[in-house]
Amino acid sequence: MADAPADGDARFGRDRTLRIKSPLPLDSGLQLSPLDIAYETYGALNANRSNAVLICHALTMDQYVASDHPVTGKPGWWLGMVGPGKPIDTDRFFVICANVLGSCMGTTGPRSINPASGRPWGMSFPVITIADMVRAEIALLDALQIERLFAAVGGSMGGMRVLELAAAHPERLGNAIVIASAARHTAQNIAFHEVGRQAIMADPNWNGGNYYDGEPPSKGLAVARMAAHITYLSEEGLTAKFGRKLQDRDAVSFGFDADFQIESYLRHQGIRFVERFDANSYLYITRAMDYFDMAASRGGRLADAFAGTTTRFCLVSFTSDWLYPTAETRSIVHALNAVGAPVSFVEIDSPHGHDAFLLDAPEMDAVIAGFLAAGRTS
Amino acid sequence: MTLRPDLAAIIGFVAPGARVIDVGCGDGELLEALRDTRAVDGRGIELSRSGVLQAVARGLSVVQGDADTDLVDYPNAAFDVAILSQALQAMHAPRAVLEQLLRIAARAVVSFPNFGHWRVRVALLAKGRMPVTRTLPIAWHETQNIHLCTIHDFEALVADVGADIETARFFAGGKVIGPAFANARAEQAVYLLRRRN
Repeated sequence: MADAPADGDARFGRDRTLRIKSPLPLDSGLQLSPLDIAYETYGALNANRSNAVLICHALTMDQYVASDHPVTGKPGWWLGMVGPGKPIDTDRFFVICANVLGSCMGTTGPRSINPASGRPWGMSFPVITIADMVRAEIALLDALQIERLFAAVGGSMGGMRVLELAAAHPERLGNAIVIASAARHTAQNIAFHEVGRQAIMADPNWNGGNYYDGEPPSKGLAVARMAAHITYLSEEGLTAKFGRKLQDRDAVSFGFDADFQIESYLRHQGIRFVERFDANSYLYITRAMDYFDMAASRGGRLADAFAGTTTRFCLVSFTSDWLYPTAETRSIVHALNAVGAPVSFVEIDSPHGHDAFLLDAPEMDAVIAGFLAAGRTS
Repeated sequence: MTLRPDLAAIIGFVAPGARVIDVGCGDGELLEALRDTRAVDGRGIELSRSGVLQAVARGLSVVQGDADTDLVDYPNAAFDVAILSQALQAMHAPRAVLEQLLRIAARAVVSFPNFGHWRVRVALLAKGRMPVTRTLPIAWHETQNIHLCTIHDFEALVADVGADIETARFFAGGKVIGPAFANARAEQAVYLLRRRN
């Protein structure tokens, strides 16, 4: 690959950050500047720059899709999917994964410094949308001089960005993979997010979002994570894993310790989460997801979002995912069929709920590998 | 790869480059052959997860769905040809499915096992039992074939839904046979139908 432009390009590799020079226009009418985007790349960009795959991460994930997390030290969150010989094969594809707009792992978000005040944005950070996040990702692609993606892949909120990218920039996307996702947030989705936000805001340490000089609202954020984590699992999965088993004791304590294993597990999930995530980012990103409704922002008809598209689509849902159930994916398939788009869809049998897409799922791997293998990188 | 003669007949009915939907496409064998030999713009619907997984792995655009309920989602005349291969007899509402095929495509190709074949008749007449034959190998209580029909039955249904028969092919013993006495001689039939405008 001596002619590959990737060789020696300082923009490519692990732990990169680019500053986007021009202000980012937002759906709210405001503009965001400056904009830093933190990202990682894996594999080599080919000579005609046609093998790029953008991975869009979910709400609380980050750019460390296939490398160790700098804070937790844990391995990449999608190692089973991304790597040499994996379904998203880094021997074939140039993989890009960027920390999403509003997050807290290097991309501009509420924890970043507002140059006007010299202090963190906090709640003066503009409210952002899924479309704004896609604009930021497009700005990164422009900076990397990638005209057209071979594919964009995302689960959960990442799937929302793939759909938005396909709708807003069909000419820049060859193949779209949308996993365990939806084209809108339902009342139930919004309700769970609101519980999380209220938990954060009820923590005295939150202080109107102005906590970067002191103690962060860790208790509120941990409760938010606990509530959300339940929505990522299934009753079937919880019963199989925990049932009514007690935690390090033979009988209930007639108190409010974590008697049950499930309580201990959720508390642990909450504590681990606050080590690596910013509470204000959680507020902003959940808000963006709640505002997401692709049909409403296009005259009420989802199919109109995809009229004339030449992008190939592959959608995957899971039987036990009640956060973004199969019916939501089917409505996207319906819309894509209505405009004659090339679409594949499969519902995979899994007891693991929404989180199934992050776990070992050989059928999902086979579908994604097969779908990508059939696409041509020319 | 040698395709079954009924599948080869279906391919013969499809023009190069056509927009095709294969309803009940199984693992995508026919769609793949259509793509590779006719360069069709193909889509598939398949009920079984395993079928969809194999078809998508072949690079085909196939969605998991139920022909009885999901064809209504497709717009009018979205396709040039709609194919229903060896699946009519497994539909809950064969007439509604046939009407949907002719709504979403100008032409429909439908193949099915002929329940009027003489072996079927003899089995029922001689033994008084539901026939188990080469083309209908599964016992009545286990088969997915809930709406079996004869060639005469099918032609009557086609007339009933207001479609025209453009042409048909008949098979027995894995070979093409002529149309004479097809209702008794043919084990399989493949019809090319056209919507009457």
